[in-house]
Amino acid sequence: MTNHWVDIKNTDLVLIMGGNAAEAHPCGFKWVTEAKAHRKAKLIVVDPRFTRSAAVSDFYAPIRSGTDIAFLGGVINYLLSNDKIHHEYVKTYTDFSFLVKDEFAFNDGIYSGYNPEKRSYDKSSWGYQIGADGYVVTDPTLQNPRCVYQMMKAHYSRYTPEAVTNICGTPKDAFLKVCEMLAETSAPNKTMTIMYALGWTQHSYGSQMIRTGAMVQLLLGNIGAAGGGMNALRGHSNIQGLTDLGLLSNLLPGYMTLPSDAEQDYKAYIEKRAFKPLRPGQLSYWQNYNKFFVSTMKAWYGDAATAENNWAYDWLPKLDKGYDLLQVFENMNQGKVNGYLCQGFNPLASAPCKVKVSGSLAKLKYLVIIDPLATETSEFWQNHGEYNDVDPAKIQTEVFRLPSTCFAEEDGSLVSSSRVLQWHWKAAEPPGDAKGDQEIMAGIFLRLRELYKKDGGAFPDPILNLTWKHRQPHAPSPEELAKEYSGRALKDVTDPKDPAKVLVKAGEQLNGFAELRDDGSTICGCWIFSGAWSEKGNLMARRDNSDPFGMGQTLNWAFAWPANRRVLYNRASCDPGGKPYDPTRKLIAWDAATGKWGGSDIPDFKPDSPPGDGMNPFIMNPEGVARFFAVDKMAEGPFPEHYEPMESPLANNPMHPKNALARSNPAARVFKEDWATFGKPDQFPYVGTTYRLTEHFHFWTKHVRLNAILQPEQFVEIGEDLAKEKGIKAGDHVRVKSNRGFIVAVAVVTKRLRTLDVDGKKVHTVGMPIHWGFMGLAKNGYITNTLTPFVGDANTQTPEFKSFLVNIEKV
Amino acid sequence: MQVTRRQFFKICAAGVGSSSLVALGFAPGEALAEVREFKLARTTETRNTCPYCSVGCGILISSLGDKAKNAHSEIMHIEGDPDHPVNRGTLCPKGAGLLDFVHSPNRLKRPEYRAPGSKEWTPISWDDAFTRIARLMKDDRDKNFIAKNDKGETVNRWVSTGMLAASASSNETGYLTQKIARSLGMLAFDNQARV
Repeated sequence: MTNHWVDIKNTDLVLIMGGNAAEAHPCGFKWVTEAKAHRKAKLIVVDPRFTRSAAVSDFYAPIRSGTDIAFLGGVINYLLSNDKIHHEYVKTYTDFSFLVKDEFAFNDGIYSGYNPEKRSYDKSSWGYQIGADGYVVTDPTLQNPRCVYQMMKAHYSRYTPEAVTNICGTPKDAFLKVCEMLAETSAPNKTMTIMYALGWTQHSYGSQMIRTGAMVQLLLGNIGAAGGGMNALRGHSNIQGLTDLGLLSNLLPGYMTLPSDAEQDYKAYIEKRAFKPLRPGQLSYWQNYNKFFVSTMKAWYGDAATAENNWAYDWLPKLDKGYDLLQVFENMNQGKVNGYLCQGFNPLASAPCKVKVSGSLAKLKYLVIIDPLATETSEFWQNHGEYNDVDPAKIQTEVFRLPSTCFAEEDGSLVSSSRVLQWHWKAAEPPGDAKGDQEIMAGIFLRLRELYKKDGGAFPDPILNLTWKHRQPHAPSPEELAKEYSGRALKDVTDPKDPAKVLVKAGEQLNGFAELRDDGSTICGCWIFSGAWSEKGNLMARRDNSDPFGMGQTLNWAFAWPANRRVLYNRASCDPGGKPYDPTRKLIAWDAATGKWGGSDIPDFKPDSPPGDGMNPFIMNPEGVARFFAVDKMAEGPFPEHYEPMESPLANNPMHPKNALARSNPAARVFKEDWATFGKPDQFPYVGTTYRLTEHFHFWTKHVRLNAILQPEQFVEIGEDLAKEKGIKAGDHVRVKSNRGFIVAVAVVTKRLRTLDVDGKKVHTVGMPIHWGFMGLAKNGYITNTLTPFVGDANTQTPEFKSFLVNIEKV
Repeated sequence: MQVTRRQFFKICAAGVGSSSLVALGFAPGEALAEVREFKLARTTETRNTCPYCSVGCGILISSLGDKAKNAHSEIMHIEGDPDHPVNRGTLCPKGAGLLDFVHSPNRLKRPEYRAPGSKEWTPISWDDAFTRIARLMKDDRDKNFIAKNDKGETVNRWVSTGMLAASASSNETGYLTQKIARSLGMLAFDNQARV
């Protein structure tokens, strides 16, 4: 979230799209209720289903799954055509006036530089014009046809209300009603918040859906404001933390990135990431990349990381390609993976296309499960009848199942969606011989290290030199680890302006990332968490819930990254002169008397940069402003464009009916054998979509008695028209098939799923909750991901769980 | 009168109990006058966070035992933390069932091993499990580690063993896991944020 849960109470309008907060995040949704009750805020829900969020909304608009870019593209067109934008904000705080390279082009759904064989783009034309001074060329009059404003206007002019209705199936009056309500927040003192979740991420172009939402928010001037922002409602209790810590194939902690094979030169690696400002007077905070990087390497490798060996740069593994979950299962399926460790992750249930995942796991030599619960993955080799029909004798994988603790049995911190790191305390010992995850990881690692010490082996240096200064080496403590990622001075850290002034003494915990150095004198395992455990103590454990400004910031409750800021980009809540656009919801303001920014939040800005200096709010971008034109950052193009899901009920993309290349995302990666697994609308005419119920948490709660009682049996939802067409009554058992398998479940016939008129045909949706499987206390059921396609978002490779093709029949 | 939250519950519990007894026509004699004590009165309270979604609701865990060295803590109640600025004491149908998660009969209790081709689990000690896993990992790493690619560039990666980390584990676990995985040269490494 750019903002945070309690801040939702400060809004005038809530748009829930690509999520269902009332169902999936009920205790956070209460802040929507609060805004409605106390600010007279309105709630809009746009969703293929009339969800529990929709049930309490002021306005609901139906939409075909996977068409949100078309819908939001239509909103952009409406806002620009009707001049409902926050003029000063977009002119000053965005790239509206920046000129785009002349070579950049867009033809019938495809951007310049496309290679159809590789299904990827040469992005060299996707950039701004750079002048002789090294800065981007701009046209403040916004008249130049190559300026971002003009190009964006032209791009989205095609997304007329008629085009939106034709693609999305949303009635035209409903679409226009949403546009009108959103447009009201273009007033400088009105804000809207967007709340989204996996309904936006789980598409083959999910990242671009989110971008389109962010573009709408920028046009309206709602980023950085109280009650505004782009708010990702994340799915797991610490999915934010593990992302922040970089536990993804291509990441290092704090959104630093691993080098690629070609990046052999350390200095070039740093320079590429330490962006120089692209406009005069901008901060471009990533210029400090080297300080973050060196401090992480010092935390990991201690004295073995030196200036002479480039802080052990060569010890980091380099990427020849992505190794995301889909790629790894593809490799496994090809027999290229021998071992796999699943630490609290149940891929047999949560990865797409169960038959492929199951077959891949069977090719492993060894599988290690670390989990508090008996997961499906841990028994992928076991025959569980119709739900997992395999022959154990044919599966040669060695499997270890190691019991770990759950939340109640450990100390530690989790990062909520609000970016708040909250400490929790152990209440009891785990059952039986279960051990904590840290002890289990240490157990495996220390034995590996022993073997390398004794026998040598492939490149042992990073293993032998990994810092391990734990009082109990077999059980590193949460306190020790938290202090390590928060950061410590190895030598005295002095003020760059006054070298005689010592900011932090050697051996002390750092106050924050501003104290990091690139000369090896500081360690910090995750720069954005820096300061979470300072000399003041464990700030994550703070429990002062006072709210002196009444804005819900609670700055003394736990610790938010970065630097305890609660609303990101909050400088943009003020006009260029430093005055809040809405003084009644002041986050920060410029105080000329003290020469500092301050207010109810920690400034997300250089705290002493006066408004007259012209530094802009988006300090992590080298431009200093927000980008409508994504330059080369996205896989499929700088402006989001509507494509059909990989499995679509339509023969063509209605935006580009004559260009087969632009039917689905041209940059989506599809493995060779998987093309044949995609279904066609003649055999599988209905749109399938998956989701969660409020009583369930993914695949865990089927082990929990109360929840197993609340929702005991697997069901699917269909609309009344489809039920009539197929002769299905409520309570009948139905078989839902995709080209990859089938599930059997009870049919719920409901008005909540309606038939949509799309491109001249009727489109029905089959809604399928995930949850059931062959382990647990709940009645056994089929893994819903038996049905889903093995393809992901072109940028993140997050699987397309929200839109695929199925057929349905009465059993 | 100043009443703490805990006292308030005690008063309520006492009030409901005694008034309904009177309503049913029982004129309680002296021996019946004492009602059951509020069940959390003698428990130890531990502050924690809900492990499910990312709202990050504060919870209060009540356990029997005072956390003394020889006292076995038994978690017997979990409720929302009223001081927490986000959930303010509320929990959803998932959070409200957390006690059944802690005590789920499907909690794993001891390390288990399934041999190639076998139809069943057999118990294994932690020590044997760690030793065997480390051996399998080392053999695979030594055999398949790529120090240099075809162009002779230093790449130091190990991609024939992968790992999925848990996005419900703590930052401390995540940080330690990240450190270990990269020191081994792992790239086939993700968490649930990927799906």
